[in-house]
Amino acid sequence: MSTVVSLEKYIHNDLVRRVEELSGQDLLACYQCGECSAGCPAAFAMDLLPSQVIRLLQLGQVEEVLNSATIWFCAACQTCYARCPKGVDLSRIMEALRELAMERDGDTLKHTEIPKEELEAFPQQAIIAGFRKYTL
Amino acid sequence: MPVKRALIIGAGIAGMQAALDIANAGYEVVLVERLPSIGGRMHQLSETFPTLDCAQCILTPRMVEVGHHENIRLYTYSEVESVEGEVGDFRVRIRRHPAYVNWDICTGCGICQEKCPKRVLSTDFERGMGKRKAIYTLSPQAVPNKPVIDAENCIYFQRGKCRVCERFCPTGAIDFEQKESFFEERVGAIIVATGYDLLPLEELGEYGAGQIPDVIDGLAFERLLSASGPTAGKIRRPSDGKEPKTVVFVQCAGSRDPEHHMPYCSKICCMYTAKHAMLYKHRVHDGQAIVFYIDIRSAGKGYEEFVQRAITEDRVLYIRGKVARIYQEDGKVIVRGVDTLSGKQVEVAADMVVLAVAMVPRITTRALAEKLGIEVDEHGFLVEADGNLNPVETNRPGIFLAGAGAGPKDIPETVSQASGAAGKVLSLFSQWE
Amino acid sequence: MKISYFPGCTLNTKGKGFDRSVREAMAALGVELVELPDWNCCGASFPLLVDNVLDLVGPARVLINTAARDNKLTTACTTCYNVLKRTNRVLREDENIRERLNYFVEADYQGQVEVSDILQLIRDEVGFEKVKEAVKKPLNGLRVASYYGCMVLRPPREVAYDDPENPHALDDLMAALGAEPVRWGAKAECCGNYLVARKPEVAMEMSYRVLSSASRAGAEVIVANCPLCQFNLDRWQRDLTLTHGGFEPIPVLYFTQLLAIALGLDPGGYELEKHYVDPRPLLESKGLI
Ligand code: SF4
Ligand code: SF4
Repeated sequence: MSTVVSLEKYIHNDLVRRVEELSGQDLLACYQCGECSAGCPAAFAMDLLPSQVIRLLQLGQVEEVLNSATIWFCAACQTCYARCPKGVDLSRIMEALRELAMERDGDTLKHTEIPKEELEAFPQQAIIAGFRKYTL
Repeated sequence: MPVKRALIIGAGIAGMQAALDIANAGYEVVLVERLPSIGGRMHQLSETFPTLDCAQCILTPRMVEVGHHENIRLYTYSEVESVEGEVGDFRVRIRRHPAYVNWDICTGCGICQEKCPKRVLSTDFERGMGKRKAIYTLSPQAVPNKPVIDAENCIYFQRGKCRVCERFCPTGAIDFEQKESFFEERVGAIIVATGYDLLPLEELGEYGAGQIPDVIDGLAFERLLSASGPTAGKIRRPSDGKEPKTVVFVQCAGSRDPEHHMPYCSKICCMYTAKHAMLYKHRVHDGQAIVFYIDIRSAGKGYEEFVQRAITEDRVLYIRGKVARIYQEDGKVIVRGVDTLSGKQVEVAADMVVLAVAMVPRITTRALAEKLGIEVDEHGFLVEADGNLNPVETNRPGIFLAGAGAGPKDIPETVSQASGAAGKVLSLFSQWE
Repeated sequence: MKISYFPGCTLNTKGKGFDRSVREAMAALGVELVELPDWNCCGASFPLLVDNVLDLVGPARVLINTAARDNKLTTACTTCYNVLKRTNRVLREDENIRERLNYFVEADYQGQVEVSDILQLIRDEVGFEKVKEAVKKPLNGLRVASYYGCMVLRPPREVAYDDPENPHALDDLMAALGAEPVRWGAKAECCGNYLVARKPEVAMEMSYRVLSSASRAGAEVIVANCPLCQFNLDRWQRDLTLTHGGFEPIPVLYFTQLLAIALGLDPGGYELEKHYVDPRPLLESKGLI
């Protein structure tokens, strides 16, 4: 992205506040060590690394994060949180971002999108959890 | 018989500490200070990291102790003219600048300063953030609390009439005829504690070359923060006296830049910048503090915790990247930088910028070292006998080092080295029993 | 001993074989699992939004129902364990949420129930020494990769009963059964979890990383403790042989299936035939079935 970020607008960013409220996390607690990204098992599929998600939020760039695929690839495995030296629960931040994205764009998983044979094969918990994560 | 007296050059926190250690051990100390009063850089500071102690509150009692100590002979407004001899028997010639005030009869009442009609921007002690008179003391807590006349700005010296101070002085202490004076002292050992300066803003072209009033250095910001400073601790930007709502702090301004400025790390800036940003937020609750850094170097007891506190408790925004350009536009100071963590160019329309400029040795250190027959490095810092195992001695027997004149140091490190140097001197003295 | 048992939705349906192996193995070890009457779904994922109290109602009801008859609850589905354990912790520690939940379900629950995972129960209440003594058919020589997944490890402070970065309870159990646990790197890596519902290709790749790590360590079989892990690891192996050159399928069993077999029980009802990678040839070759 080539836009120049105007930092003085940071403190007035309501979306950042919402992320903090929904997730209960202090975004500034992250000091960008990168351990979350280093250990994230889904990072290979992400366009933004987990630590970059936090960084962009620290700079108030919520829109960019909401548009990224990363939030949908987070498996809520909590590996990041388990290791974060600052106790940042990134999986909660990811959940908050999914929530905000769905408030904006609507549900991202429909029953009809899952092939019937898969739906039948899935363990119940995959379906229940999937709909909890991907629908409002 | 060797002389069990010590000369200490420089009466900042290093020189004061060494002087007190030696004097309290029962030996005489000759303490020479170039400025009219003692205290050095620390006297200019608002609060110290990482404890946020009020610098003046912890320093002033020590200044008073030094000023009154029966074993300390204080020469302020004085410089070492020459040094002869060797360890055990140095003969030192000291030159005292004319204060144009007879300190023997001056009571320090301050009427002269009050009445003097000439206001001058205080570029030294107040770093341009405040004014003083042509007859002045460095601060109200000055030790000794005796004024000097700055001849270059004094109306009488420049135009031949005025003498208002003389008219109002109740003791008749003003002496326009005073000349510089010389003193001889014999000492057995010497501690050099000449301290540091900051790289002039003029050197930093991309950061405004000192031409933008609201771009100031760290010491100037200390004066704004200081409760006894020119703004009584209120944050007011120099250009219009308004409270700045967005303040940018730039670390490594002139440090770690072997191509253009100083190749070394100035060591204290990460910490004092965190402190500055924190204290700014304590004074201006709705303000935004933004720090640009290359690395955060917070090695020291409680230092990393202090930096993290600035971030999480005081909501200081840290941006990783060195600022490329600072210019003025529409009453704002525009800061162009980058955040390499997110890969974004960033820009701040700030109200004020504080540059953590490189620490450099005092410009006078080189000439003094020559007189003492000790070495300085390519930057002018005094050279230790051995950086690892002998960081207190010089290559010349009987001459020791303390403080930032020998390289960037913070207060605890400076005080430790000063006590180390004092210990070295005392161990010499004990060998002469 | 007797303890309340929560099967959960998956063990009640797709995971019947798992459920049966659990009940039979525990009975053989002298633990009677008393199925909680009228249990409901735990929600299958712990809600991560601060104020999502509604999604806590399900698991809270399970705990409240338990409290009416027992002060201990165990479950074999580690996802259920994770959700119940964390919900219980919230009920214990967060007065505000406790009050609201009690109000919703008209109860007065203080979080007194102790929730355990079945492996934890075996380790702490039965003891691996006792398990070892009870073994009738040692798993001699079977090289097992013990897979822990996420649910019993993370977040460590809330759910872990083992070293979260170097768990070994399952390895220890396998060793007690006479198997040879392999040392491998992916024992606590995520399998892809619910991503399978929306991003199956990502879950597939995540599972591949786990499977290939086990293979490289020389494992002949992987044991899992969660129906979704078992599914993710098992389901795509045929596809993986096509997309990842050199990939060799490896059976994925529930650890209780191996436990029951080692205890000399008949695995006929454990639905071994329903696994995507058929584990029977391996078990036959080892003389275990
Ligand atoms: S591990 Fe924690 S502190 Fe480190 S980058 Fe990730 S969230 Fe930030
Ligand atoms: S919770 Fe999400 S972001 Fe964190 S490690 Fe797991 S997949 Fe990655």
